[in-house]
Amino acid sequence: MATTGDSIFAGVRSYAAADRKITRIPLHYPYPKRWWIAFAVTGFFVLVWLVSVVWLFWRGVGVWGIQMPVPWGFAISNYVWWIGMGHAGTLISALFLLINQGWRNSINRFAEAMTVFAVLMAGMYPILHLGRPWLFYWLIPYPNTMTVWPQFKSPLEWDLFAVSTYLIVSVLFFYIGLIPDLASVRDRARRRWVKMIYGVLALGWRGSARHWKRWQVAYWICAGLAVPLVVSVHSGVSLLFAVGLEPGWHSTLFPAYFVLGAVFEGFAVVTLIAISLRTIFGLEVMVTDRHLDILGKLVLATGLMTAYGYLFDSFHAWYSGDPYERGTLMDRLFGGYAWSFWATILCNVVAIQLLWFESMRRRTWLLFTIAALVTFGMWAERFMLLVTGLYRDFLTSSWQSYWPSFWDWSLFAGTIGLFLFLFLLFVRLVPMISIFEVAEAMREERADG
Amino acid sequence: MAEWTDDGACLLAHFDNADDLLRAVTRLREEGYRLLEGYTPFPVDGLAEALHFEERRLPRIALMGAVFGGAGGMLMLWYLNAYDFPINVGGRPLDAWAAFALPAFEMLVLFAVLSVIGAMLWFNGLPRLHHPLFDARGFERVSSDRFLLAVGRADPLFDAERSGRLLEELGAVDLEMLAP
Repeated sequence: MATTGDSIFAGVRSYAAADRKITRIPLHYPYPKRWWIAFAVTGFFVLVWLVSVVWLFWRGVGVWGIQMPVPWGFAISNYVWWIGMGHAGTLISALFLLINQGWRNSINRFAEAMTVFAVLMAGMYPILHLGRPWLFYWLIPYPNTMTVWPQFKSPLEWDLFAVSTYLIVSVLFFYIGLIPDLASVRDRARRRWVKMIYGVLALGWRGSARHWKRWQVAYWICAGLAVPLVVSVHSGVSLLFAVGLEPGWHSTLFPAYFVLGAVFEGFAVVTLIAISLRTIFGLEVMVTDRHLDILGKLVLATGLMTAYGYLFDSFHAWYSGDPYERGTLMDRLFGGYAWSFWATILCNVVAIQLLWFESMRRRTWLLFTIAALVTFGMWAERFMLLVTGLYRDFLTSSWQSYWPSFWDWSLFAGTIGLFLFLFLLFVRLVPMISIFEVAEAMREERADG
Repeated sequence: MAEWTDDGACLLAHFDNADDLLRAVTRLREEGYRLLEGYTPFPVDGLAEALHFEERRLPRIALMGAVFGGAGGMLMLWYLNAYDFPINVGGRPLDAWAAFALPAFEMLVLFAVLSVIGAMLWFNGLPRLHHPLFDARGFERVSSDRFLLAVGRADPLFDAERSGRLLEELGAVDLEMLAP
């Protein structure tokens, strides 16, 4: 095991015990009442989401607070926030698989689910933001009677390709990793129709040595492709900003700065989910204190890299000597949206400093609070970067502030509700921890010890 | 030489742990058995090697998918924006390969992933809704804590009596003969 000495899965007695503990959750769900309450609450927000979307389609983007010179608003800052969240799931799953980090085996499944749902939420926003969302397919290059093609020198087209590829690859990676566990649920299921559903989903998986070998080769290749994919996707997102000439956006730092911020945010959300799931389902033997410790370190490390981005983004603006760049920097620090800048610094730079200390990382409630602060901080950061780049245009006469309307907020709340709703379904229906990978890590660990 | 066929005509031996299975596979190979297959709850390191099974096609297929997606993507973008529908934006070059690189890279990844996953399922004979092995006694424990070894009945060395005895000596806890 590439991590340190003490055993991660010492608390799990046998493969069969691990298997029973995890397959039991979808098959004999332990807390049906609480689940239904959570389902109803998130279901309400799904309705809020639905109403917000229908109202938007009915009246157009004017229901939001956007105007000139801030035509992007929540639609784009939330898009960046959601898609960034997804990246950590891919990295935990793919990157840590490639560098042989066995501890990743008990958190990769729900991290991947988080990725899939977050990318869905993200992908919805730019489409809704189109003036005529029902024509979104015009972005796709297909032979059409108008005899025109999309313009691929535009980052908007890059993002269409990046996000749709990322969604397809994330779903496939999640599903391929899930097949052996679906077979496990199929084999544990008693009722015939349950067996049939999981049997069909498991595609007839038999766990033969040849199956496993081919599966492993394919899984590793997908992992190797997923890591640069993440970097390309979020670089593409950052180029939406950086390719434009707006002061505060037009910087070569942006791709790296955005990718790191995204991963930072994602690790924080994985921490929130890991702590919630292990507390609710009593999975402390699989999602151990060691895992939380490692997640704490990852949040700290990526947070410091993001802080470097804040520092150099500001330095760049000052050093350029450009009055508009400097003006945007001053707006960020002291302007109408200064609260979002200082909230960012407080949550993303100051709060995480506690994570230097192991005693702090091991306090679950503290780690949870810091992760929640970072999740909010990254949201504030994306909002700050977007709005401060726009609201004071080159011409003083066109300066105008952006304030989100009720429908901005309701759609945002709706997407959070929909995300949690999908996550609840995932927890209820699918093994939320990868059974066979935990068993594999247990075997390696015991062979080493 | 005969190849392993996934038809379910075999003698199934159950083992309690991966090490016993690995030992049995190695021993049977030494004896000269060739039609062997293991069934395990998780990928067991070294089992495919012990069975002398290699998978070289998948990386090549992934590479082909990547080349197809990447080069085809670049070509498509060039055709769309430089040839079929050229738009002059401030005198910038029409064949803007640097601008096309990102979407072409996404297509590279997409086609590589689709082809390698498709090929993996195809070679594995999946999806397949039923298989004779699913009728075997205790086969459902393969996904939990059992390690199975299948000896093909088409193997020239196969003999129900002798092969069975050998497997029991090697620590098999249960044996079952499957007809196709």
